[in-house]
Amino acid sequence: MALIQASNVSKDYETEEVTVHALRRVTFDIEPASFVSFVGPSGSGKTTLLNLIGCLDKPSSGQLIVAGTDIATLDRKGGAAFRGKHLGFIFQDFNLIPVLTVYENIEYPLIMVQNIPPTERRERVASMIDAVGMSAQAAKFPHQISGGQKQRVAVARALVTHPALVLADEPTANLDSQTAYTVIALMKRMRDDLGTTFVFSTHDTKIVGEAEVLFRLEDGRLATGQGSGEAPHV
Amino acid sequence: MFNLFKIAMRNLIRYKRRTLLTASLITLGVVFVIVFVSISGSFKAMMIGQITDSMLGHLQIHRKGYVASIDNLPLNLNLPPQAYRKIAARLATDPRVAAFSPRIKFGGMFSNFVETTNIRLNGIDPERELQTTPLLTARIAEGETALRRGELWVPVLLAKGLKVKLGDVVVIVATNADGSVNGKQFTVSAILESVTGPGGRDGYLHIEDAADILRMSEAEISEVVVRLKQFDRLDEARQHLIRETADTVDKQGRPMLEVHSWEQLSPFFNIASMIDVMTFFIKIMLVAIVLISIMNVMIMAVYERIREIGTIAAIGTPPGRIRTLFIMEGFCLGVIGAVVGNLIGIGLVVVLNLIGIEFDFGQQKGLLLTTTLDPMDVLVVSVIVIAVAVAASLQPAFKASRMEPIQALRHV
Ligand SMILES: Nc1ncnc2c1ncn2[C@@H]1O[C@H](COP(=O)(O)OP(=O)(O)OP(=O)(O)O)[C@@H](O)[C@H]1O
Ligand SMILES: [Mg+2]
Repeated sequence: MALIQASNVSKDYETEEVTVHALRRVTFDIEPASFVSFVGPSGSGKTTLLNLIGCLDKPSSGQLIVAGTDIATLDRKGGAAFRGKHLGFIFQDFNLIPVLTVYENIEYPLIMVQNIPPTERRERVASMIDAVGMSAQAAKFPHQISGGQKQRVAVARALVTHPALVLADEPTANLDSQTAYTVIALMKRMRDDLGTTFVFSTHDTKIVGEAEVLFRLEDGRLATGQGSGEAPHV
Repeated sequence: MFNLFKIAMRNLIRYKRRTLLTASLITLGVVFVIVFVSISGSFKAMMIGQITDSMLGHLQIHRKGYVASIDNLPLNLNLPPQAYRKIAARLATDPRVAAFSPRIKFGGMFSNFVETTNIRLNGIDPERELQTTPLLTARIAEGETALRRGELWVPVLLAKGLKVKLGDVVVIVATNADGSVNGKQFTVSAILESVTGPGGRDGYLHIEDAADILRMSEAEISEVVVRLKQFDRLDEARQHLIRETADTVDKQGRPMLEVHSWEQLSPFFNIASMIDVMTFFIKIMLVAIVLISIMNVMIMAVYERIREIGTIAAIGTPPGRIRTLFIMEGFCLGVIGAVVGNLIGIGLVVVLNLIGIEFDFGQQKGLLLTTTLDPMDVLVVSVIVIAVAVAASLQPAFKASRMEPIQALRHV
């Protein structure tokens, strides 16, 4: 069964004068362990779609099923619990918690979201921090490390809870292209090692090439004939 | 929980200056309250001690109506001897009573053979009186602390006015309940300082001399002064005595006796109550300071950290935890303020004691105030501060926990 099933998902934003149709009847499936990218011009609805998949927002119409759950049925608390259990997030601006060290940032979801006992916690954080190559910086605070390093910590934080799906909205937009490439490579390697599904959005053509499944969004629609994804061609 | 505490503390340290300012404000408030409560409380306790221990005692028992006309010292409202015997027997076995002392109070003429003036007198049993009002001897400006028959303790104002000195022989003339006049010579054996309040300018003589002058075959007591073992259980003891004495009735079958506490007898009680009211308002002010300063800080903290809140909410932190995180921050601020404030406050109270505060109370000059601090007060102030700190964090914390993650994440 597909990890994500979207059928005729629409999202409208009501503003004072007009209704913005950010997504128009989008239908697609994403299989487990795939490495998926949504691309499209600014304003095409990428963030809107990722927010819906990430259970941070609700579709205006249509059905969106993530990991077997219809996300429209979740309330605030249920949504938080669902995200904590099944999803990982990587943000464009890294969004590490400034008062916590690298180690503590990675540990955070295990304590505050999942209540993992200390011994297992230590093992998981240690292996994850190692996997992203940040062991030497474990005791540093976010303001003491570079952007690429921050995003690697964010990748580790997203993966430490062993989610089925990691969502990343423009994860490389604030990184230079070389660093962007290494972060995407890291994500892909983690997919290979852990079988986690990655869904990210991007502008960056170089990065687009790394996606195994590519969806193009245009003005809130999936580009014609590519509704079920395509092999990347750059 | 520990991690919530860690994050809260780190966030407080992150905004060092603001945390420091808020904590100092709370600290200052706590210090002020602690010192004020200590000084006013000690002052009050000392004043009450002066009043009760040098003159009034803790409780007084009279015949009904005596207190209402106490200015006349009405001899016809003295206790019948058998009523007094009954009271005395009860008081002697009452476990609450530390000591009691019967007094015959009367008004008379005081003469040094040249001039004559009015005097109000207490006939006392010296031994009992000193057990009941132990500070009475502290009022003796000159003279002896033992009162024998034929001796008179004269209040200082009268002694000055009539130029009476220790050892002088004076005459007391009084009219008894039947209207017959009698006089007796006394030697002045002590000059008494006055104290504030009713009876504060009375002279003292031996109870048997008083009975002699008034031609009582058996002493008719005007008042019985009671000292309790536990002063803080004054009301309870009073109610108990009222019940105990209810069986002494007059000819109409109504209770014959009245039991008053010092509070009902001395105007100083109103001052003492004022001190309590002031303390209460000072505590309210502390509550306001803590409430406003913590609320202000926590509202700012939530506002500044909207994106952070969005992040932790997005990755699945339960709303309740987010709430606790902010409440914990307010709680920590409150605890810091309370602890530091109490330490400084206690330190100041100790210093004040080392320096020593001198003050006058009515005619009593140069009393040295020993400030004490009730551990209960420290506890109450701490609990108030911490509870208010938590209460002040509630609204901001709820606001944080109710934020929509996407809106919070989009916040710039
Ligand atoms: N909260 C909102 N209220 C109103 N309109 C919105 C809101 N969020 C997004 N939109 C609109 O919806 C459309 C899709 O926006 P979205 O942010 O999903 O685009 P995007 O593909 O992520 O763009 P970008 O590449 O610039 O990030 C845009 O027209 C945008 O203006
Ligand atoms: Mg976007």
